[in-house]
Amino acid sequence: MFRNQYDSDVTVWSPQGRLHQVEYAMEAVKLGTATVGLKNRDTAVLVALCKPASELSASQRKIIPIDDHLGISIAGITADARVLSKYLRAECLNYKHSYDFTYPVTRLITNLGNKMQTTTQRYDRRPYGVGLLVAGYDEKGPHIYQVTPSATFFNCKANSIGSRSQSARTYLDRNLNSFLDCSKDDIICHGINAILGTLPTDEHQSRDTPSQYSITVAIVGKNQPFKILSEEENAKYLEWAKARGAPADPRRPGDDDDDDNRPSTSDDPDAGPRDPQVAVATEER
Amino acid sequence: MLNNYNGMAQPLWQNGPAPGEFYNFTGGQTVQKLPRELTTAGPYGTKRSTAAITTGSSVLGIRYDGGVMLAADTLVSYGSLARYQNIDRVFKINKNILLGGSGDFADIQSIMRNIDQKMIEDQCYDDNIEMKPKSLASWMTRVLYNRRSRMNPLYIDVVVGGVEQNGTPYLANVDLRGRAYEDFVVATGFARHLAVPLVRENKPKDKEFTAEEASQLIRKCMEVLYYRDTRNSSTYTVGVCTPNGCGVEGPYQVNENWTFAATIKGY
Repeated sequence: MFRNQYDSDVTVWSPQGRLHQVEYAMEAVKLGTATVGLKNRDTAVLVALCKPASELSASQRKIIPIDDHLGISIAGITADARVLSKYLRAECLNYKHSYDFTYPVTRLITNLGNKMQTTTQRYDRRPYGVGLLVAGYDEKGPHIYQVTPSATFFNCKANSIGSRSQSARTYLDRNLNSFLDCSKDDIICHGINAILGTLPTDEHQSRDTPSQYSITVAIVGKNQPFKILSEEENAKYLEWAKARGAPADPRRPGDDDDDDNRPSTSDDPDAGPRDPQVAVATEER
Repeated sequence: MLNNYNGMAQPLWQNGPAPGEFYNFTGGQTVQKLPRELTTAGPYGTKRSTAAITTGSSVLGIRYDGGVMLAADTLVSYGSLARYQNIDRVFKINKNILLGGSGDFADIQSIMRNIDQKMIEDQCYDDNIEMKPKSLASWMTRVLYNRRSRMNPLYIDVVVGGVEQNGTPYLANVDLRGRAYEDFVVATGFARHLAVPLVRENKPKDKEFTAEEASQLIRKCMEVLYYRDTRNSSTYTVGVCTPNGCGVEGPYQVNENWTFAATIKGY
């Protein structure tokens, strides 16, 4: 299924200056369930929405621990994420062995970006079809990074990727100013509230009945090694989050802005170059 | 690891094959080459160094409440010949690390090139993250142990000192086999026998040295070393590292007093 004559290969430019194969890879991110990353002054939090592939299976792991100071949350092709996480783990372990120190998050992500970029410049490779939210803590404090299949990465204050993640981003946008100074519990609740907005509308209406969706939360921060919260803790925070405030509004049908995060169906090749999804708020270095 | 390309390694398209070899594009699998000394024998077999040739003598490091001080004399000997008399053996690595090198000076220069290159790479990331003394000491143990395991050690004995991220001083010694330890006083060469006991004697219990005490001890120890170690010269440099930065001072001169010489008989 070719969309046009310029998407046969990653290395082929379109006359508009676009790399269609790379853009298709970006679409893979939107097929995965949503995940949210946010941080306060000394904690970074990842929240992921898990959904089993079928009623008979368990859900895929959405949050992958990399090292004591670092973990990733994924949206897209899980198998690609596994390869990337293997690379990240090896890098962190090597660094720890050589320097007796945790790998600075910024550098790790820079090197990951360089690795991922090579796949977009060779005819015999394909871009990784997975988007990452990286939560890490190092000497510079907590970090949230977004990494896209186009190998671009953003240093974020908070962000969300995956299907229907726009409503989570709207929630994050609205509450962005309160994140920095709020407590660890509060920031987790914010994360949960943000991700609840990405549930499909029918899931929302029956929110009190057990649903097939579940939430995974992970934190990392000052004196807090990367940890995926247990079921009990999850339940506790979910309760708190619901008591604390309204989750983000589910998207209403007909609400059709340009920043829609569902796989795009547009066939218009003249839409101009598409940048990677813009982060909620990116940070200066 | 999937490949060995990490951003710095190769320029993008300058990787065509040598005659008879295959293309190796960026991001592809690169073949790890064995170190040269393991693969190539010279016309008379493989040669390795078995002893230090041009040597620097002792290095002394003292940790105090606000930082560390490293001292080494400026002499590099060729056997018993005082061959190079004005060479700094205390190096500033970056704004939180000092390194003092003794042993084979060529090997010191070689490892210093590697370290300087690492610092340049640190700066190239442009992320305001600099190496810490503990990391450098750890890296030195890896390098030196690796070299000894390849039966081709670097004949050096180094003192790494500096200030960690949170402002705590750090002082350690790494030797040619990759052995390492941390302490408030660390020395190589003759200073290990002559200076360390002197410094330990003066250490107050449950209290670190002050900067004043540390510098007094350095002065005293360098004097003792000059008198008692034949491979020492009377000039020395001192590196000081504090949370506000570090630098190498000197050369200073030992307070020589040879009036007692006339009283020595029997030579």
